[in-house]
Amino acid sequence: MTDKNIKVSIRHLYKIFGEDPASALKDVKGGLSKADLLETRNHVLGLNDINVDIKEGEITVIMGLSGSGKSTLIRHLNRLIEPTAGEVLVEGEDILKWNTRRMRKLRRESMSMVFQKFALLPHRTVLENAGMALATRGRKRAEYEGEANKWLDRVGLGGYGGQYPHQLSGGQQQRVGIARALTSNSDIMLMDEAFSALDPLIRTDMQDLLLELQDELHKTIVFITHDLDEALKLADHLVILNNGAIVQQGEPQKILLDPADPYIEDFVADINRARVLRVRSVMEKTPPEGEVSGEVDHDATLESVIADAQGQMDRRFRVMRRGRAVGTIEMPEIMRALVPAKSSAEAEESSDTAA
Amino acid sequence: MATYDGVFDTLGLRNWCDGGSSGAPMSMADLLAQTSGTENTTSFWDFPFPSLDALHDACGAIPQTRDLTQGLEAGFLALRDGLRVVVDPLTQPLSWMLREMLYVMTQTPWFIMLPVLLLLVYAVTRAWKIVGLVALFLAILAFVDHYGYAMETLAIIFVCAFICVLIGVPIGILMSRSDRMQRIVIPILDMLQTLPPFVYLIPLIFLFSVTEPKLYGIAVILYAIVPVVRLTDLGIRLVDKDVIEAADAFGMTRNQKLFGVQIPLALPNIMAGVNQTIMMSLAMVVIASMVSAPGLGILVLRGIRNLELGVGLVAGFGIVVLAIALDRVTKAALARIDASQSSR
Ligand SMILES: Nc1ncnc2c1ncn2[C@@H]1O[C@H](COP(=O)(O)OP(=O)(O)OP(=O)(O)O)[C@@H](O)[C@H]1O
Ligand SMILES: [Mg+2]
Repeated sequence: MTDKNIKVSIRHLYKIFGEDPASALKDVKGGLSKADLLETRNHVLGLNDINVDIKEGEITVIMGLSGSGKSTLIRHLNRLIEPTAGEVLVEGEDILKWNTRRMRKLRRESMSMVFQKFALLPHRTVLENAGMALATRGRKRAEYEGEANKWLDRVGLGGYGGQYPHQLSGGQQQRVGIARALTSNSDIMLMDEAFSALDPLIRTDMQDLLLELQDELHKTIVFITHDLDEALKLADHLVILNNGAIVQQGEPQKILLDPADPYIEDFVADINRARVLRVRSVMEKTPPEGEVSGEVDHDATLESVIADAQGQMDRRFRVMRRGRAVGTIEMPEIMRALVPAKSSAEAEESSDTAA
Repeated sequence: MATYDGVFDTLGLRNWCDGGSSGAPMSMADLLAQTSGTENTTSFWDFPFPSLDALHDACGAIPQTRDLTQGLEAGFLALRDGLRVVVDPLTQPLSWMLREMLYVMTQTPWFIMLPVLLLLVYAVTRAWKIVGLVALFLAILAFVDHYGYAMETLAIIFVCAFICVLIGVPIGILMSRSDRMQRIVIPILDMLQTLPPFVYLIPLIFLFSVTEPKLYGIAVILYAIVPVVRLTDLGIRLVDKDVIEAADAFGMTRNQKLFGVQIPLALPNIMAGVNQTIMMSLAMVVIASMVSAPGLGILVLRGIRNLELGVGLVAGFGIVVLAIALDRVTKAALARIDASQSSR
């Protein structure tokens, strides 16, 4: 799992908005904060020393509050925004050095994008929208029709090809957006808050659709969201952004169990941990000896284990992965994992009041 | 002696003043003063502004205002031949188009012309109601024997509006693509829009002979081109940023973006510009009848000049009717475009 190829790699990326970013960059590298930069020099620090490796075939989720620089970051991957400093390596090559022709080829053939506000062409039919990437490459309608229809069917919009976008609901429009990205047959998909404009139920549907497609297609997906539940559901690799800088990145379960920063603790405080945490991240890595109450899958959620144990505290389970025992899990461990680790600051406070 | 004599005397310029032209032509004021013989009685109340004429009285070397206007005229006449060499061939197709269009629209028998016009109306509006309205209006005009005049007016409007779109849309596109271009063009548009049409008719009359149709053609185009340029620029700039971003993200070239996304999405605004351009052409055609543009305007002019109230009123009514018809037809065409992309 860990030795997957790195598809896209972001190195020391900085973006400063303003009149004279180059000189502001020196101050930022010297340690000037976003707020101070805005106050003293009237420049906005968009991204501050970003380093991320995006692995092939994984969903990398970038999460952060509004204004944290998520959209700015994802737009650097296909150079809709030019950085102030840094590198963006796609399969080892720095695309910032590429000319317009090469960049256009990359955008047409290897990177597609799904937008928060769908951004479909309102004067084109659903079919023409889905085939937009191929049409842009110069294919005639007859040539892209088959491919576009295939993906429209796949996202559940078979038969809608002749409609116009405004005749569809928001959820359906975003399905067209996804079909458009899939029809381009690119291996990298950039999704900027692709589901944020949809209501919760539709949103869950779309997340399931995406996971289902991903099981089959193994695209390299960069997904942006401000919603932690969504991030935890989709992410293979989670990057948390605040004020233009990365606060923590890694496997979502690890971040949840071991938040690096009060900012992230706040973030994860309200999450339903039983439903998100998996057995494999809590278990003891030695198979049990002697009596057990049953077997659970290593990818099962804690919630399902608690249900299996019928709430009894003295239960012990053998953890199975592809038919092999890989560990043990006991109910007390599960209970401990359900309570967020107290931050050191809070712990001190409570000991103070106790004394 | 003149009021400002003292000034030149104290400055020691007397010699320079009297140097050349003692026999210069007198101004009207001089003549009057001579005949009435009240030269030295300028009271304080009549103290003149130091204008060219007043200064000339005191100092012969300073030109009169009359010299200024004559100089301008002479300069313009001298330039004219040079200008004509360039502008004449450039604008010749306009004369040609206007003549042909006038010929076709007035010489084709009415029983062919009217159905053709109505078919055209149907083609752009797809609404039988509007076709009926236009048919009624044209029938009324023909009934009071204004058919020929109306056709002349329409012919000029068609040609001029067509050229406005032909030139105006590309200018608007260029403006939308470059802020610098926009900064240059907008003051010119402002000027064209605020100048009273009579003001730029004057140089045009000197440049071209009054017998040439392009004289009024140019006047109409200059006046009517403004809205289509402005609204093309605005329309393209107003296209949804997200959609443009999507076009970029999927690797469209500038031209693919322009013709595949920006122009189609700006079309409602461009059509609104075309509507206004047509309406302004109509307004200007009437004024341009003073410089020999044929059509209903001639009758209005006759009404004013000869105080033929009835003639002027009927022609004015004809113009109103044409205006309503043109407005309805272009608005209906606009609504049709809007309906086909009513996503926003
Ligand atoms: N063109 C720009 N000029 C100046 N500042 C900008 C520009 N674009 C973005 N910013 C600033 O960069 C920061 C990050 O913006 P960005 O749009 O990336 O945030 P985001 O994380 O996507 O937020 P949201 O969830 O609201 O979409 C913000 O502080 C914003 O003000
Ligand atoms: Mg954003």
